[in-house]
Amino acid sequence: MVEVERTALPGIGLRHTITTERGRQVGVVSHRTGRRDLVIYDREDPDTCTETVVLNGEEAEALAELLAAYRIVERLAELENQIQGLVTEQIPITGGSPYEDRTLGDTRARTRTGASIVAVVREGDVHASPRPDFQFRRGDVVVVVGTGDGTTGVADILANG
Amino acid sequence: MLIELGAVILGLGLLGALAVRAGISPVPLYLLAGLAFGQGGVLPLGASAEFIGVGAEIGVVLLLFTLGLEYTAGELVSNLRTSGPAGMLDLALNATPGIIAGLLLGWGPVGALVLGGVTYISSSGIIAKLLGDLGWLGNRETPVVLSLLVFEDLAMALYLPILTTVLAGVAIATGAVTLVVAVTAVALVLFVALRYGRAVESFVTSPNDEVLVLKVLGLILLVAGLAQQLQISAAVGAFLVGIALSGPLAESARALLSPLRDLFAAVFFVFFGLQIDPASLWPMAGAAVLLAVTGAVSKLVTGYLAARRAGVGRLGRARAGVALLARGEFSIVIAGLAVAAGVDGRVGALAAGYVLILAVTGPLLARVVEPLLRHRLRSRPESP
Repeated sequence: MVEVERTALPGIGLRHTITTERGRQVGVVSHRTGRRDLVIYDREDPDTCTETVVLNGEEAEALAELLAAYRIVERLAELENQIQGLVTEQIPITGGSPYEDRTLGDTRARTRTGASIVAVVREGDVHASPRPDFQFRRGDVVVVVGTGDGTTGVADILANG
Repeated sequence: MLIELGAVILGLGLLGALAVRAGISPVPLYLLAGLAFGQGGVLPLGASAEFIGVGAEIGVVLLLFTLGLEYTAGELVSNLRTSGPAGMLDLALNATPGIIAGLLLGWGPVGALVLGGVTYISSSGIIAKLLGDLGWLGNRETPVVLSLLVFEDLAMALYLPILTTVLAGVAIATGAVTLVVAVTAVALVLFVALRYGRAVESFVTSPNDEVLVLKVLGLILLVAGLAQQLQISAAVGAFLVGIALSGPLAESARALLSPLRDLFAAVFFVFFGLQIDPASLWPMAGAAVLLAVTGAVSKLVTGYLAARRAGVGRLGRARAGVALLARGEFSIVIAGLAVAAGVDGRVGALAAGYVLILAVTGPLLARVVEPLLRHRLRSRPESP
């Protein structure tokens, strides 16, 4: 668990800092006005921040999404370790897949295997809980949760139909 | 009259632009403008002087109101617990030079009280901007600096009523009553804001900007006026209104009233300058420089010690000291009250000189302290 240090900055807002495993310190100053400063601390002097990147609300959100995107997939992997018998698999849509440019509903994956497609990663964006009309494209990575047999089944469907 | 007023305000605008260019606070420039327009100055003002007098009063009220807006009641109370000792140290180290100077110059206890306030209070306006501009908000010592400022502002809320009573020259018994009233008022507002903040907000809130401005401004002036009637200083009343408002309402009130504040605060600084005869500045120059040097050193020591107490390293301690150095709007507010009450005119001149020096040198020193110290710390062997 990462330890987040929270400091009140009276009249300005809040500051949260974390220290990374490799000993670097980074933080975010949240202004009451909605402005966010990304602050990076000196390697040798933990008191001094050497870089301040000022972000407006939208920019901060964009950065947060970038940082959070792959975390969902990683968390699923953790989940798999926690619940016995539940398996997560990441299956790429390759060039020869019969479902390239077809929809998720067409695969009838859940009915046929019992495993669920919980997310699709496309060009770094995570599309969580895709709907049946979601159209696969080449290069998509499909995240499947289910039993071992179920997820293998989905991989087989996506590869061979 | 309109022509004269227009010319003055346009002139202030140009000065402000100059200050932004040079990266300094516009306050000293406004003061200089006031000196130039006043008695014995280069361009004495005629008809618009009266408007400027009223505008100055509104300026003080709005300055203190927006200061109160910066903090929520919760912040003030929790801050008082954590930064009490450092705050007392700040008070002792920085008010003393002014008090001693006042006594040495033979201005009696009243003059000493005024000067103590002038030398004590840092300019939270200049400092907050400085911290943002230099990218110091992330630094470890910044919360220390900010909580010292909060403490100073609370001290102001108690000091101003004392000052107004002393300046009014009332008997000790009445003065004591006023003080009790002031303390009760401060405590009451903190309590109401903590407990019933919602109710106050729902009374003032309005989706319409125009209505909101009128409501808030009206409320501020009304409370400020009442506070003045009770002899606890209009400025303190406005400060308390600022504290009572918080959350999204404070946010929109700040956005709406900031332009007004900027206008009237500029008018206030000019007005203060108007009342000082530039000729009286020269005899005070030596004393002002000496006091400024003392004031700079005492703030450096304060920042250094307070940051050390918080476990900050040497570079950070130095930064905390330098950041606190700037004096500005509130020193002028205090001196302005004194001048309005007819205290020795030289008090105003000395305060003006003191602020002129520290408002300019403070931010400049802050810009150079880091490269300078880094160089020194590097060239010296690491201390354990």
